[in-house]
Amino acid sequence: MGCIESLPYEVILRGSSFKESRDYVYEHYKEHRDVPPGFKVFDTHIIGVPPIAIGFDGDFVIFPFTKPCHGTFLLRIEDPKEAARLRALK
Amino acid sequence: MIDPTAASQKTAILVLGCPQVPVQTSIALYLAHRLRQAGITPVMAGNRSAVTLLVVADPERRYLGEAIDLDRAIGQISEKKRDFDLCFVFIHNDAGVSYAATMSAISNAKLYAVIYGEHYDTVAASIDFPCTNIAAKAVHNPMPLKKLLDEEAPWAA
Repeated sequence: MGCIESLPYEVILRGSSFKESRDYVYEHYKEHRDVPPGFKVFDTHIIGVPPIAIGFDGDFVIFPFTKPCHGTFLLRIEDPKEAARLRALK
Repeated sequence: MIDPTAASQKTAILVLGCPQVPVQTSIALYLAHRLRQAGITPVMAGNRSAVTLLVVADPERRYLGEAIDLDRAIGQISEKKRDFDLCFVFIHNDAGVSYAATMSAISNAKLYAVIYGEHYDTVAASIDFPCTNIAAKAVHNPMPLKKLLDEEAPWAA
């Protein structure tokens, strides 16, 4: 997942459980969508318990990023193209 | 003994969690051994630390075979480039459950959740997708988990 790690991301939640991450997206982003595990965001396959919630805030994409030793991070990355691509999949 | 070179040989992926709980490396090597004995080819998938612990412990690769980066393995399975007959996900935290749920969704393998650690019962209770749980309170001593694994004998299924 080196791709995401090289992007200018903001950490919204650090070391959270997967459920906490999902609930945060539902509660804080009016615009969101559910995707299945393995779904690609920023060229990375998302890990998680379905439904996996991805949020949108203008050109920002908010999504969970899970690492074996650190739990789930909820990240926020500004990328108009990726946001548009994900919105178009609806 | 089954010919390990047979083209129709079964395969298994062992999805390793964070190696901070000592029993993981021991049980992963033991499971690889039992799978090999049964003619099933094991493939280890983990982060660099988890895989390196195994490689250093088995320098002649008597038990290990292929060992690949976890994210690469997830990518290959998600994109339907590769799949396995059996999948064992090592779980001792919430991230492990997330990886198991992901394997449940992207792979056709028969899924086993190998659950251990101080909070094994809480972790096991959080799993609500179809899989076979092999769960024991094992942190430093692998024997409780080994015993359950031997009773389940997934290599014989």
